[in-house]
Amino acid sequence: MNNIFCITGLKEELYLKKLISLVLVFAFIFAVLAGCAPTGTPGSSTETTQPGSDSKPAAKTTLNFWTFQELHNSFMDDAVETWNKANPDRQIELKTDVYPVDDMHNKLLIALQSGTGAPDIVDIECGRFPTFLKGTPALVEFNRVVEPIKDKLIMGRLENYAKDGKYYGLDYHVGAQVIYYNKEILDQAGVNADDIKTWDDFIAAGKQVVEKTGKPMTTFEITDHWAYYPLITMQGSDYLTKDGKPQLDNEANIRALKLQADMMFEHKIAIIAPGAWHHAEEYWAWMNQGGAASVWMPMWYMGRFTQYMPDLKGKIIIRPMPTFPGGALSAGMGGTGTAVTNQSKNKDLAVDFLADAKLSLEGSIKTWTILGFDPIRKDAWSHPAMEAENEYTQYFGSDIFNTLKDVVADIGPINYGDLYPEALSLIQKNVLFKVLQERSETPEEALKKANDELLAK
Amino acid sequence: MTNNRTGAVIPQKKHRKFAFRRQKIAPYIFVMPFIISFLIFFLYPIINTVIMSFQEILGPEDITFVGFRNYKSMVNEHFGNAIWVTTRYTFWTIFVLVPVPIIVAVFLNRKNMKGRNFFRSSFFMPALTSVIVAGLFFRLAFGEQDTTLVNMILGLFGIPKRAWLHQRNTAMLVMVVLCTWRWLGVNVVYFLSGLQNIPVEQYESASIDGANEWQKLMRITVPGLKPVIVYVVTISVYGGYAMFSESYILFGARSPGDIGLTLVGLIYQKGFFENNFGVGSALGITLLGIVMIVNLIQLTLTGFFKKESE
Repeated sequence: MNNIFCITGLKEELYLKKLISLVLVFAFIFAVLAGCAPTGTPGSSTETTQPGSDSKPAAKTTLNFWTFQELHNSFMDDAVETWNKANPDRQIELKTDVYPVDDMHNKLLIALQSGTGAPDIVDIECGRFPTFLKGTPALVEFNRVVEPIKDKLIMGRLENYAKDGKYYGLDYHVGAQVIYYNKEILDQAGVNADDIKTWDDFIAAGKQVVEKTGKPMTTFEITDHWAYYPLITMQGSDYLTKDGKPQLDNEANIRALKLQADMMFEHKIAIIAPGAWHHAEEYWAWMNQGGAASVWMPMWYMGRFTQYMPDLKGKIIIRPMPTFPGGALSAGMGGTGTAVTNQSKNKDLAVDFLADAKLSLEGSIKTWTILGFDPIRKDAWSHPAMEAENEYTQYFGSDIFNTLKDVVADIGPINYGDLYPEALSLIQKNVLFKVLQERSETPEEALKKANDELLAK
Repeated sequence: MTNNRTGAVIPQKKHRKFAFRRQKIAPYIFVMPFIISFLIFFLYPIINTVIMSFQEILGPEDITFVGFRNYKSMVNEHFGNAIWVTTRYTFWTIFVLVPVPIIVAVFLNRKNMKGRNFFRSSFFMPALTSVIVAGLFFRLAFGEQDTTLVNMILGLFGIPKRAWLHQRNTAMLVMVVLCTWRWLGVNVVYFLSGLQNIPVEQYESASIDGANEWQKLMRITVPGLKPVIVYVVTISVYGGYAMFSESYILFGARSPGDIGLTLVGLIYQKGFFENNFGVGSALGITLLGIVMIVNLIQLTLTGFFKKESE
């Protein structure tokens, strides 16, 4: 090499120039990189002391918590207070970040994929949960705290977040599927909600409502699946089979979609929700003015009524779903699994804390008193604390839990698998839209096509 | 390695040479921030994306090489829909956002037009707003109730209400309207600057020869603006194919029946919703290829390369 550079001074000068610029490039890169170096990633928990390592009053251990639901924040803060009172030697400080739903899941995915930056505790929406169970889950299992109290829990809700017998998420609620009737409209039409037991009853009542009041009996979603999904799970069906194979086009699933199409086009008692789903501002405004006589959504939808449809206070009653012959009375719909990531430096502490917050009897009751959710612990259901008055009983009447007690035994698990997020999004964005809005495909065609697409994966 | 040689150089000369070199180095230092940010934020991700498009990625330590499987599995109905929507969107935005801004710019360029500074700034204003905020307004304005803005205005003329965002053609219309509202001002600025370069004498002599306004526009203004038009079309092709936020804010991550699904939207869906970074990367590389090809065709047709070789 030396030879080449020794030939002329010119070449040497060129070489030197290059060398200097190269050095400068590196100097700059290092300067820039040093400037960008993270000063503290959100995932790095600052453990100020080993829990219980000495007799001095233990300093608090900071746990990071990500959620997409502002409401969960208040529940967790309350749980921390309870925990700190009961565990003076294992004090916790919870640092909560609330992000928009997609944003939070994307951040979490990237953090888990790259192996750095994840929080200790995180809320994962049930439809997205299978995404995080792909391959070897980067989450911590809860078996240690779940197994001793298995008989007290509604286990269907824990199976939703399980893989190979390991439980990776703790839900806030059961999400029992119910129907909300606008009693004012039913009264105008002379319909008694308690007489509606089957879908045939519902259609007959619907016709009466449309005839007498001119208002639709109910509304359907075409960009989300809350109107469709309970119709299939209450028949014991699902998007996937138990071993994760797609079954979108089975008999029960086609029957459910046909029922929806018939209600819209044959009986003319249902319309598409304004804004296309039951979480649209347009829908809330319209429903608040007495838009439709009913809507079927899970229990957790109560909060949307109290928050976004204040004018319906005292007019809405909660009843069990109409049923298919031989079908279940309800289904567990939606949910949020709280998980501990494997990047946490205090895995045991986080697991113990969450068990105390959500699996204990007191914690379970608080999911109702604070959040208005139906608890995942069976013995909470009959607890006297559940009958106390709160904003939900004021809005919907005091018989909420009497309604629920009847249906909860029928609630089973959802068949989650790797293909679940894709199956869900095909239903949400293709099948319902094409069958109910565009009417470009029949229920059989649309479901078959979607199923074939999943099979091709 | 170099010590032997530099030691032989006469000292004063060395000093002079160093000062000289310093001057030579300065430009490199000035372009350094760009080079570095290009390397770190563009070249490295592009190379990494190419590699990832051949991998299945399940976790930081769980990566397998899968050959062309990602490219094979990415081709399906939704991919076709996304290309079709994106291409139509790009076509319509160019169709609208070249002629309209030229006409607006010609008017704003007239000395005798009243309040032209006001119009210049008000046309440009939307470009400064966030697409999320503007998109939210558009989503609600184009709602399906008869009380929403657009349905209400059309209702005054007896036009029945419609679900703008849930029908294929009207959904495209809303996206193009949003894009036009947002980018019209920017293109007007480009064309205004282009108009400054057309000599006034040409218009004067045309007037003497008896040319009317339309003839002047077509024969002098448009040909004079050609370089600017080529530039605007090029960035519009890129902008059209890279569109994501407009569709996202109007339809969310899942647009019903793919009516607003763009290629970038599909990448987002595959990568983040389905945790499939491999397919997402394959789509990204494909998008890069498509945009390059479209732009190459367009630049060749407009004679961009010919000029350079002349």
